[in-house]
Amino acid sequence: MNAPAAPLLQARDLSRSFRVRRSGGMFGHAAVLHAVDGVSFDLTPGRTLGLVGESGCGKTTTARLVLGILTPTGGEVRFEGAPVPAPGTRAWRQLRRRMQMVFQDPLGALDRRIPVGQQVMEPLAIHGAGARGDRRGRALELLDAVGLGASFFARYPHELSGGQRQRIVLARALILDPTLLVCDEPISALDVSIQAQVINLLLDLQAKFGLAYLFISHDLKVVRQISHEVAVMYLGKIVEQGDPDRLLTDPAHPYTQALVSAIPVAAAARRRPRLILKGDPPNPVDRPAGCAFHPRCPAAVDRCRVDTPVLKPLPDGRLAACHVAHGEAGSARLVA
Amino acid sequence: METLVALRGLTVDFDVGHRVIRALHGVDITVGKGEAVGLVGESGSGKSVTWLAALGLLGPRARVRGSVTLAGQELLGAPARALEAVRGRRIAMIFQDPASALNPVHRIGRQIGEALGLHRGLDGGAARAEARRLLDRVGIADAARRLTDYPHQLSGGMNQRVMIAMALAGEPDMLVADEPTTALDATIQAQILDLLRELRRDGGMSMVLISHDLGVVAENSDRICVMYAGRIVEEAPTAELFAAPRHPYTSGLLAALPDLDGPRRRLVAIPGTVPEPAHLPPGCAFAPRCPVVLPVCATAVPPLESAGPGHRAACVRVRRAVAA
Ligand SMILES: Nc1ncnc2c1ncn2[C@@H]1O[C@H](COP(=O)(O)OP(=O)(O)O)[C@@H](O)[C@H]1O
Ligand SMILES: Nc1ncnc2c1ncn2[C@@H]1O[C@H](COP(=O)(O)OP(=O)(O)O)[C@@H](O)[C@H]1O
Ligand SMILES: [Mg+2]
Ligand SMILES: [Mg+2]
Repeated sequence: MNAPAAPLLQARDLSRSFRVRRSGGMFGHAAVLHAVDGVSFDLTPGRTLGLVGESGCGKTTTARLVLGILTPTGGEVRFEGAPVPAPGTRAWRQLRRRMQMVFQDPLGALDRRIPVGQQVMEPLAIHGAGARGDRRGRALELLDAVGLGASFFARYPHELSGGQRQRIVLARALILDPTLLVCDEPISALDVSIQAQVINLLLDLQAKFGLAYLFISHDLKVVRQISHEVAVMYLGKIVEQGDPDRLLTDPAHPYTQALVSAIPVAAAARRRPRLILKGDPPNPVDRPAGCAFHPRCPAAVDRCRVDTPVLKPLPDGRLAACHVAHGEAGSARLVA
Repeated sequence: METLVALRGLTVDFDVGHRVIRALHGVDITVGKGEAVGLVGESGSGKSVTWLAALGLLGPRARVRGSVTLAGQELLGAPARALEAVRGRRIAMIFQDPASALNPVHRIGRQIGEALGLHRGLDGGAARAEARRLLDRVGIADAARRLTDYPHQLSGGMNQRVMIAMALAGEPDMLVADEPTTALDATIQAQILDLLRELRRDGGMSMVLISHDLGVVAENSDRICVMYAGRIVEEAPTAELFAAPRHPYTSGLLAALPDLDGPRRRLVAIPGTVPEPAHLPPGCAFAPRCPVVLPVCATAVPPLESAGPGHRAACVRVRRAVAA
């Protein structure tokens, strides 16, 4: 393997917990919710790390930690080798020009009363970037880059389709020339046909501007399409990480196996036996002991109930946090 | 196969105040006894309007014409009482967002109980026992306790199961599931689709599964209808539709789906979006987005024509291929 390029983004043992009131009883009582629990990854310039997992597994919290919108309760985030400064500071605002975010709901991200072209220009004004007279030209360039013509400049958000709105949000995120784009479920609300448009656009923009993406989704097949590396999260931890094709063709962690087998397959010939998980993921407040996945895991053994597996390399270089995948489970099957 | 439900030449016009807009342009769909039919198309194609119209759920601003029959009995224009006897009892419908379809201030048990009272005249202990059996049937663990929960205490997947239990309360002949898993996580989607498959296998119930994702309907349909801009543009047995799609729109929907394995290829997106009903292009509504459009496509709407056994498509290229 070649020596890896210096990482643009490093997350080291990143954790974030929240104090919450547990529901139940008349008043509920205080509890600690570990939304993100010891997450580490590197992202190299111009590359994409896909982050997948079910609702509530900590993807958005990870994104907010990366951008410094939320302060970690443990671990740290480094951008271009230096720690991300405290939110609200001048240094942080400077840095935020280089790291931008795109959310799932483009309508919520846009102001309904203002023409979209103005909204694309807005970051330039906020950061005092570029001469005032050049800003409009720059916005038109970006509209062009996201596949919308100049005719869109004066339109309002409600006059656009969902896919077109997401393009506007992308144009606005790119106008300050960021090196990192954090995309939190950017296409989950779009039709399959429009998802394909936006995926292609993201790939083109990456090739054109050398952007790095942290791409969050619950859809593994979309993540494979766009990512150089994939990390699968379950209840705040990464449980498997590695090459997207390997993960999809030969998932090592039983949770990844379940995610892969849950993907509906159009062609009958390509269908694999389905592994249906029982129940919903547990509430992170009641994180199961040992491996947090063990109550839903078809392969769990006694050890999984008590001993939390660490994320470490398998012989093929991919990372997995699973006693069974590492052949360290012993022989006793879990008797439920 | 014996026909259970047949829509014939169904049209829907919406009165939007200053004018009338046609959203459905003559839709024909047949559902056999025990058959599962998939209805696919992008948002705004008219999938929901089709079944809301068939069940008389569109409200006074919609004008519905054509014919909707259930076991030969005409439903369009039938008296309100007759329709109420059909809805829920013989044809049940579930929607994308279960939380908004459930009443937030009533316990789950009471809501299922009401459906049981309405459709089967059950009450008291009999209704409670049956509600418990239904929750059990849709895979909700600890059903007795869940009956006393409110919708907000359950996850999205659990609420969708409750919706399915309520739909089953009337022991319907047919279930219309409108994007039942679009709002759910992948693993929960797999659970719900598996449940629907199981219910159909056990009960011989007919089903219409609506989705914008061909992958979702593929595994759960005997036959698929593809809808675009208020018309059915292609219809075929499921395996045939995937192996040999004849309408460029169907091909487009297939090409837009990312593969799971094999070399990664650039997705072929369908450019543009579904036209709004008030701004349909002349001729074939798909022509402006079609990669193989011909000059003739702008002149007339192509009829749905035979493209093989059980296979029909509305594209001028189909007729040319047959003539050649
Ligand atoms: N500000 C907050 N206060 C309390 N709990 C939170 C907060 N933000 C997130 N959480 C909880 O943390 C967990 C992870 O949430 P999130 O990162 O949004 O997950 P995802 O994006 O993967 O769906 C969830 O259980 C969520 O309820
Ligand atoms: N009550 C209504 N009044 C006017 N137009 C409507 C109404 N309901 C639906 N439509 C329009 O009819 C078209 C088809 O809608 P729908 O059946 O909901 O699409 P789908 O379910 O395929 O996403 C859309 O353009 C929609 O805006
Ligand atoms: Mg999220
Ligand atoms: Mg709909």
